[in-house]
Amino acid sequence: MSALTVSGLCKAFGGLHVTNEVNLTVEPGERRLIIGPNGAGKTTLFNLITGEISPDKGSIHLFGQDITRVPSRRRPHMGMARTYQIITLFPHDTIIHNVSLALLGLSPARWNPLIDIKHQGHLIEHGLAALQRVGLAHIAERQLTQTSYGERRRVEIAMALAQNPKVLLLDEPFAGLSIDERRDVHQCLMAIPRDVTIVMIEHNMDVALDFAERITLLHFGEVIVEGNRAEVVADPRTREVYLGH
Amino acid sequence: MSRRLIALTVTALVLVTLPYWMGGIYYINVASQILFYAVFALGLNVLAGYGGLVSLGHAALFGISAYAAGYILQAGYGHPVAIIGALLAGVVSMAAFAVLSLRSTGIGFIMITLALGQIVWGLAYRWISVTGGDNGISLHGRPMPFGIPLTSAAAFYYTTLIVFVVAVVAVAIFVRSPLGAALKGTRDQPRRMNALGYHVWAIRFWACLFSGLLTSLSGILFVYYTQFISPQTLALTSSAEVLLMVISGGAGTLLGPIVGAGLVVVVKSVVSGFIERWNFLLGAIFVAIVILMPEGLVPGSARLWRLAWRKARKPAAAEVKP
Repeated sequence: MSALTVSGLCKAFGGLHVTNEVNLTVEPGERRLIIGPNGAGKTTLFNLITGEISPDKGSIHLFGQDITRVPSRRRPHMGMARTYQIITLFPHDTIIHNVSLALLGLSPARWNPLIDIKHQGHLIEHGLAALQRVGLAHIAERQLTQTSYGERRRVEIAMALAQNPKVLLLDEPFAGLSIDERRDVHQCLMAIPRDVTIVMIEHNMDVALDFAERITLLHFGEVIVEGNRAEVVADPRTREVYLGH
Repeated sequence: MSRRLIALTVTALVLVTLPYWMGGIYYINVASQILFYAVFALGLNVLAGYGGLVSLGHAALFGISAYAAGYILQAGYGHPVAIIGALLAGVVSMAAFAVLSLRSTGIGFIMITLALGQIVWGLAYRWISVTGGDNGISLHGRPMPFGIPLTSAAAFYYTTLIVFVVAVVAVAIFVRSPLGAALKGTRDQPRRMNALGYHVWAIRFWACLFSGLLTSLSGILFVYYTQFISPQTLALTSSAEVLLMVISGGAGTLLGPIVGAGLVVVVKSVVSGFIERWNFLLGAIFVAIVILMPEGLVPGSARLWRLAWRKARKPAAAEVKP
């Protein structure tokens, strides 16, 4: 059974077909890279998969289950997590608080108005474990405003990992990072076990090609090329629309 | 930590002994007013401060509870029925307000709550058979819990103090809880909260109900205090006034709304005895707050205090170096 199956997915904003008959099958444990020029509809595809916008046509299956009409807030509970291209965190709080919110999101305790969030041992323990995986456990108590861009990127990844996802959607995790930061994030991603399926949008080909086994090239909302690394890089259409030489 | 404990003990002592050293019934009554308006402001702060949902219709909820208590008492029922009925009326109205206004946030939320508030004000004004119209409803007597009459200013003050302390503790517990953290999360990053698995609408709805409950409590205290309720209480100016308490004191802080309530009530009822143009003074104070400490009195003073502290220490540290 495939981890994620997208079939015949369409989305138009007015006359603009941002996603056009997209078919995508990602196998469990796979590392899939989605590339394409600006405006190809990559982030829109992510928003459709996570349910933040609803498709005009087509369906989305998560491990065989039809989730096309499942509200986006339910999808994390079914094992889907994402990060954002533009870092979206809680800026007035500490790193550990950010991760705690991710953990609570999947726990029935999120409705509890009586317990003190700072005194929940298991919450802090699991939060620190998630931060350990991205190498930030030592600054868990730091305010988010006092962290670097690269650290924030890793907090985003820690929040996604804290939710123990089966399918992880990463939207340009290397965007705007320095070479050192890129290496740190790369290490975090390489350390993610194979029971997590990863779909990643990325422009930085050096890091991304090294990471992904299969690549999908989107152009004007359509899948142009799909295949393994060598196939996609060798394909003349890839050169035409993306690599540009 | 111990400094906080000392501050808390001193405040508790001052509040508990207040009727003994505060000269005159009038000033004890002013203290009662500050406390129940503080409960009102705390209620609005749950939404406006922690939830980022600014309501301009909260005086309507305050008034609905007050009217409900007055109406039930007028119909011949006892105080317990009136109080429970008023709480129910307030919370149910808040639920209806929430269902209508939570379709939107930001300016949209402000406008819908404003419109709802004006509708309720219009009803209070025109639905004479229930509300008495312009004449309002007068109450006769205050309840006697455990046989203690609340007719004296001091007895009423202590009742208000108890409700106030319960409200402060309830809000303090709420904001530290997962639900409180989730509410603040929906204020800062609603989209992210949704993607993390939170039901953003439901979190805001529960926050509305909590806010409505506190507002109701203060409405009941108000109507027993003044023993009179008229459409004036529900007017837009009342909604704006309590919002100013929250914003001037510091929205999204526990102490802010309390300080804001103190400021507004003191200027309105004490300073107005000495200065005829007290409205002007209150306006000037608000302008000064907005310019000097836009985050509100409590966080603003804390910031200035830290600044002064650092400045005082810096020259001392510089002297050490030869």
